[in-house]
Amino acid sequence: MSKNLPPEFYSLLEEIQAVDFVIVELNLYLDTHPQDLEAIKQFNEMTLKSMELKHSFEQQFGPLMNFGRSFSGYPWSWNETPWPWQV
Amino acid sequence: MWYYEKKLQYPVKVSECNPMLAKFLVEQYGGADGELAAALRYMNQRYTIPDKVVGLLTDIATEELSHLEMIATMIYKLTKDAKPEELKKAGLGDHYVAHDSALFYNNAAGVPFTAAYIQAKGDPIADLYEDIAAEEKARATYQWIIDMSDDTDLNDSLKFLREREIVHSLRFREAVEILKDDQDTKKVF
Repeated sequence: MSKNLPPEFYSLLEEIQAVDFVIVELNLYLDTHPQDLEAIKQFNEMTLKSMELKHSFEQQFGPLMNFGRSFSGYPWSWNETPWPWQV
Repeated sequence: MWYYEKKLQYPVKVSECNPMLAKFLVEQYGGADGELAAALRYMNQRYTIPDKVVGLLTDIATEELSHLEMIATMIYKLTKDAKPEELKKAGLGDHYVAHDSALFYNNAAGVPFTAAYIQAKGDPIADLYEDIAAEEKARATYQWIIDMSDDTDLNDSLKFLREREIVHSLRFREAVEILKDDQDTKKVF
């Protein structure tokens, strides 16, 4: 079920979780403060940063998202563990 | 539609097998003020609330689903190595005979989840006040669980979730003000 994961798996995943958390926070803030230009700039910067980090994670550890939001290797890599609760 | 991302919003670690703690935590899984109720409540209110706050309800509902997954991960990790005898000792004997080690949407007292937990009045202010109250109740429940837990790894994740309730409550309060401002301007004919 769970396999031995290299330390980079955890460090890169944590980096993604940190950046994505900033994005969630900015997103909710902007939902009620739609005129805040600085926050929108930060949101767009962090979105780009998140895309870069996920690209690098997926190259090493397989797809993060389903339904065409990530590319697949061969064989079909979506089924590969670990699932989030197995990390 | 929704996409799934193969990661937790925030890491979940548990120090040791602890089915008693899992029994308490299930309150936030299938309880009245739990994450499932929260996600379903906000998602369902979106259709009849003014456009200005639909984005917020969509986003908080989505975040709640990621919290539901964190709670499920906690319960799974706290119980996966527990023997039937240990489950029985922790008060989960009734759960074991019906579900083995499967998760189930019920509260800490074993009462199954019901749609009656989710209010939808169709009045935007009433619905948003309901949401604020729900966040505050969930925050309080997280605090009571943290008070009873001595698992420092788990408490770190629980404190993250407690803080999210505070932020959601704040955003809903702002949404109320946005709608009140709108209401006031509409009165000037």
